[in-house]
Amino acid sequence: MASNNSIKQTLIVAFALCIVCSVIVSTAAVALRPQQQANQENDRRSNILEVANLLEPGVPVDEQFEQVTPRVVELSTGEYSEEREPQKFSPYESARDPAQSRTLSGEKDIAGLSRQEEYSIVYLVGDEEDPEQIVVPVRGQGLWGLMRGFLALEGDGNTIVGITFYSHSETPGLGGEVDNPRWKAKWEGKKAYDDIEDDGMPDIELVKGGASSETEVDALSGATLTSNGVTNLVQFWLGEDGFGPYLDRFRDSSEGA
Amino acid sequence: MSAATPKGVLLTPIFQNNPIALQILGICSALAVTSSMSVSLVMALAVIAVTAFSNLFVSLIRKHIPSSIRIIVQMTIIASLVIVVDQVLKAYAYEMSKQLSVFVGLIITNCIVMGRAEGFAMQNGPVLSFLDGIGNGLGYGMVLMVVGFFRELLGSGSVFGFTVLAPVQDGGWYVPNGLMLLPPSAFFVIGLMIWVIRAFHPEQVEENQFEMKENTQPKEAV
Repeated sequence: MASNNSIKQTLIVAFALCIVCSVIVSTAAVALRPQQQANQENDRRSNILEVANLLEPGVPVDEQFEQVTPRVVELSTGEYSEEREPQKFSPYESARDPAQSRTLSGEKDIAGLSRQEEYSIVYLVGDEEDPEQIVVPVRGQGLWGLMRGFLALEGDGNTIVGITFYSHSETPGLGGEVDNPRWKAKWEGKKAYDDIEDDGMPDIELVKGGASSETEVDALSGATLTSNGVTNLVQFWLGEDGFGPYLDRFRDSSEGA
Repeated sequence: MSAATPKGVLLTPIFQNNPIALQILGICSALAVTSSMSVSLVMALAVIAVTAFSNLFVSLIRKHIPSSIRIIVQMTIIASLVIVVDQVLKAYAYEMSKQLSVFVGLIITNCIVMGRAEGFAMQNGPVLSFLDGIGNGLGYGMVLMVVGFFRELLGSGSVFGFTVLAPVQDGGWYVPNGLMLLPPSAFFVIGLMIWVIRAFHPEQVEENQFEMKENTQPKEAV
């Protein structure tokens, strides 16, 4: 046993153990990744259903998701893109690909994204031509990191149905309250734009000291920076660099119809 | 402990030498994850797997571990196993792993796992150590299930998610005890459990280390 304590033996055991353990851990991580991703995809879908107030517990998510049609949208023009398949398209991956994304300059980049994809996805609930709801993916910097979520608008392209964040790293109990159902319920029925006909800039914001109008939502107490982050990301994604052009077109076409 | 037998190491930790009830180890996770029975069950299975396999691996290489780094070696093995368990849960029990969240990762710091690796697996063969790990995991799991049963029954009126006592908010008669859903209630349940176990196994009762004096009578004070 004494030889066990030699420096050589100590180093050998430590090194061998590290190799073996890291192989085991990485094997498990790699082998189980497809299954985990399938779970995350399912989770994402149930988030979309949840933000649209459609989620029914107990019914398989795949089945419920049939009433939702994903469509790829070119953000700058707001037109549907037919050549990209929504099932295979990921806004987050294309945001990382220089060929499919653009850098955002400082002033425009209010949500702190630095790169933005040129195409994104919208989820249409109900009839594809005249949807009851539009769910759009949103993301932006909070206090500690990127917050990712969905925002659901009613068929008028203005009234908010709900917002939800499925991944964030805000302080639990303060900024982490962004996924508190009671706070999220405050979004229901708010308006994204106070007057659709004016400049087209979104007016929805988080305010301290109590929301007083249709375009104001109570900020999270003790979480100023997270609240600012939420305001910025919602304004960004509903603004002209986000889904603004798409929502414009959408409203024009539904008025004409 | 006298010579360990396979049956002994497997069964004694459940009641006679329960890691939570007698050794008072691993209390923190027993408070955190026992608000519903299904979560307790998954947590118990995870801990059984980790204690059993960490004991097995530590025991397999026990003759080669330099004593100066033995704790680190044990920690590395335990941590690797916990990561594997966490990955498996994320793949096959996603909802559950979201509910357990950080507590699966915290199995690493569960004193029971470390205690068995250092206290048993370093001195015994692989088979015995493996069984000892299962036994201690079962002892832990048994307490978790009992605590989970009472907390879920009294806190939400259900067992494994099935309604037993119809709660008032669903039109029933049972007023759920909200305290039972909060972690501190596990202290009451574990305390009562220890009392019951010691009533059947009086040898577990520790001797008084500090004799308490009788209260001072009023007339003595004047």
